[in-house]
Amino acid sequence: MQISITVNGRERTSEVEPRTLLVHHIRDELGLTGTNVGCDTTSCGACTVLLDGESVKSCTLLAVQADGESITTIEGLADGEKLHPVQAAFREHHGLQCGFCTPGMVMAAVSLLAEQPDPTEHDVREGLEGNLCRCTGYHNIVRAVLAAAEGSQA
Amino acid sequence: MRIEDPALLTVGGTYVADLRAPELDGAAYVTYVRSTIAHAEITSVDLTEARSAPGVLGVFAAADLDLDRLPSASPILPDAMRRPMLATGRVRFVGEPVVAIVSERPEQGVDAADLVWIDYEPLPAVVDPTEAARDEVLVHPDAGTNVAMDIAGRTGDELFEGCELVVRAEMVNQRLAAVPLEVRSAASAWVDGRIWQWSSTQHAHGVRDSLAEVYGMDPAAVRVIAPDVGGGFGAKIGSTPEEVLLPWLARQVGRPVRWTETRSENMVGMGHGRGQHQTVEIGGRRDGRVEAYRLTVLQDGGAYPSMGSVLPFLTRMMAPGTYDIARVDVAARSVATNTTSTVAYRGAGRPEATAAIERAMDLFAAEAGLDPAEVRRRNVIPADAFPHTTAMGVTYDIGDYEQALDLVLDAAGYEDLRAEQARRRAADEQVQLGIGVSLYVEVTAGPRAGSEHARVVVESDGSATVYTGSSSHGQGHHTAFTSLVSERLGIAPERITIVHGDTDQVERGAGTMGSRSLQLGGSAIHEAAGEVIERALPIAARLLDTDVHEIRFDPTTGRFSGPDGSAAAGVGWVEVAGTSQFDGAPLAAAVDFTAESPTYPFGAHVAVVDVDTETGRVVLRRHIAVDDAGRILNPLLAEGQRHGGIAQGAAQALLEEVCFDEDGNPVTSNLADYAVISAAELPSFELVDMETPTPINPLGAKGIGESGTIGSTPAVQSAVVDALAHLGVRHVDMPATPERVWRAIRAAQT
Repeated sequence: MQISITVNGRERTSEVEPRTLLVHHIRDELGLTGTNVGCDTTSCGACTVLLDGESVKSCTLLAVQADGESITTIEGLADGEKLHPVQAAFREHHGLQCGFCTPGMVMAAVSLLAEQPDPTEHDVREGLEGNLCRCTGYHNIVRAVLAAAEGSQA
Repeated sequence: MRIEDPALLTVGGTYVADLRAPELDGAAYVTYVRSTIAHAEITSVDLTEARSAPGVLGVFAAADLDLDRLPSASPILPDAMRRPMLATGRVRFVGEPVVAIVSERPEQGVDAADLVWIDYEPLPAVVDPTEAARDEVLVHPDAGTNVAMDIAGRTGDELFEGCELVVRAEMVNQRLAAVPLEVRSAASAWVDGRIWQWSSTQHAHGVRDSLAEVYGMDPAAVRVIAPDVGGGFGAKIGSTPEEVLLPWLARQVGRPVRWTETRSENMVGMGHGRGQHQTVEIGGRRDGRVEAYRLTVLQDGGAYPSMGSVLPFLTRMMAPGTYDIARVDVAARSVATNTTSTVAYRGAGRPEATAAIERAMDLFAAEAGLDPAEVRRRNVIPADAFPHTTAMGVTYDIGDYEQALDLVLDAAGYEDLRAEQARRRAADEQVQLGIGVSLYVEVTAGPRAGSEHARVVVESDGSATVYTGSSSHGQGHHTAFTSLVSERLGIAPERITIVHGDTDQVERGAGTMGSRSLQLGGSAIHEAAGEVIERALPIAARLLDTDVHEIRFDPTTGRFSGPDGSAAAGVGWVEVAGTSQFDGAPLAAAVDFTAESPTYPFGAHVAVVDVDTETGRVVLRRHIAVDDAGRILNPLLAEGQRHGGIAQGAAQALLEEVCFDEDGNPVTSNLADYAVISAAELPSFELVDMETPTPINPLGAKGIGESGTIGSTPAVQSAVVDALAHLGVRHVDMPATPERVWRAIRAAQT
């Protein structure tokens, strides 16, 4: 099937098999390997991207379901050389170690802050429950998200 | 801030599955067909249909192979239990690879797997290690026993002679899955008669040596590259058949191959951690002084006993923990079962030792009617007793355990917490407060004196390249080693390149495991950089036309100056390294740093939990940690290691457990069923600093990678039991799930 998706601001048209998952389309067809696959049960959130501004686990959608929509991956988040405030906060607060969960975690945090610009620690922890990290114990991820929220409030 | 982060945050890392190396152009994909039964004879394998499926380049079973079995993880393990590359004759656990398929596209391999027909004649499965120890069902008939390793105890009942109190308990240090977010992944190509292997590993040189052994090649004919690695936690130390078979498959199909498992494969195919059944006996006086301790361990080795089966040696080594106990004895045995093999997992044998002694201390305190923190204080090795040799014959380098205890109790507000607990108990509130205290000491860069290789080169443009045998999988080696070299050589961080995880570029390496990287890898780099300075001095003397003894090197500027002392009049790395290069040799030094012994980080943790006595639900409210890893070079990285370790340790106490049914079917074989801890189940952690530099290495650093895990598990477990102590509960096995807690309360009431 032919599908057309606006990816990080650019329209991309491709031929896909109906069974292709969106994450495989992003990685293998579009060559954007920042988005990772961490599980096969929609549990880990490593594949989180924004679909029309809202976070989705891209292993849970078929590529054809994104036809005509707009997606943002980690590669499309920074403004040129300038990191997005969430990316910058993750760096500042050591919110990543091995980096594998990071693209998904950052996209989930961006979506969370869009919905809740002034979250409590509890809100952040509940909001990121669907994104697993095995390295950081979440401590610095939570700090980073709260700092990003505070920064964008200021 | 870390050097690694900008790339990871903007385009993501380059993990094996992301690689676009030209040598992998046209790579085919490997799919393994795995056993769906825990123990069975393979009566027939029919590959005909699969071989003619679309896109399939080759389908192979054990009968097609001409490869030896996987090298053993330890020479003490029985040869008869070594693992074949593909199941041969019988399958021994669910998830064991039986058939390998190579296809053009990954999905074609998955489709073809459905066309592989394997007939099994089921055999009784032995799943429980206690049952396995009876040798009624043998996992490896040729071995004649399920016992893979046996350490006999040295004493009988006389160990507890004269003790006023003796307490005995059985507990399970349950099996866990490491769950690095990146699953196992590798790629292989034959390049000019050599194997090139890209591997998601903690130990590239180890993979190289395994491949060289299996393929009968010189290690120099094998190149292993570890690109970005998405976590390991011990489970990516050893080589596995799925990876080792790749060069063979690549040769068969005449193309490079790639393999990335699914998470569901990972949960049954990658080695699990822990898995010890423990019996503790502890005896002493009514005043709280412990005089004797015995730990008996039954380690579940899984189907092909591997690293996990030798970890009881580490458990034995650290059995008495931080306490000065006159008489200690340990007996340990590892047995094969029809389950996934056990390997190292964060802490690897030491968390098991700490959990056992800390639970024993709590039980002893309860029996003596004393406060658990006070009983610990009465038994710790005093600060003036270091270096201290324990009853196990192990010499701890340096420590101040009582101070760690004081610091953590003070930071926790221990007295106030006990008052709050008393209030809730008096009011008979539904949600009770539990306070858990743990003290730990562990061994890092051990169990014997470790070593690591480093080579530091100052290039003729004044930049530096550091080659290290240590290998990062998230720890931040680039940041840590860059700042170490920058401070020593006065070269700006952006002009320093760290090279690791490539066996063609780094001559030797022991990889990253056992909290060894900074203390061994860092010390090697530190000394190599020092040697570079020594080699630079005579060159600077020549350039400045003065005596070498007159030359001073300033590490803040990276300049060499003569007797007039003015740096401006001196020379820098560009001149010195350029001259060295001109003379025919790069300005470089290689060092193999060997420590005289391992180091022994220690600490104290307090966990505070709410336990709902009606539902059994446990909520971790606070976790306070003192972790003394000697001198801290980079507080940001050290704290990150502590956070991650604490979370994994708390996860063991509260949530995580790998389970099999009685037939050996895994029931936690994906992330929907295995409860990896999330942000919602954890609080922010309260860290307390303490630094007691070790005399063992020039940096004064001990390991920090595993401490958090080792200290937190027993503190959290103890807190759960403590919340229920007034109800008569003395022990709750891990993980303290609502059901288990609820049952413990009901059992205590009847």
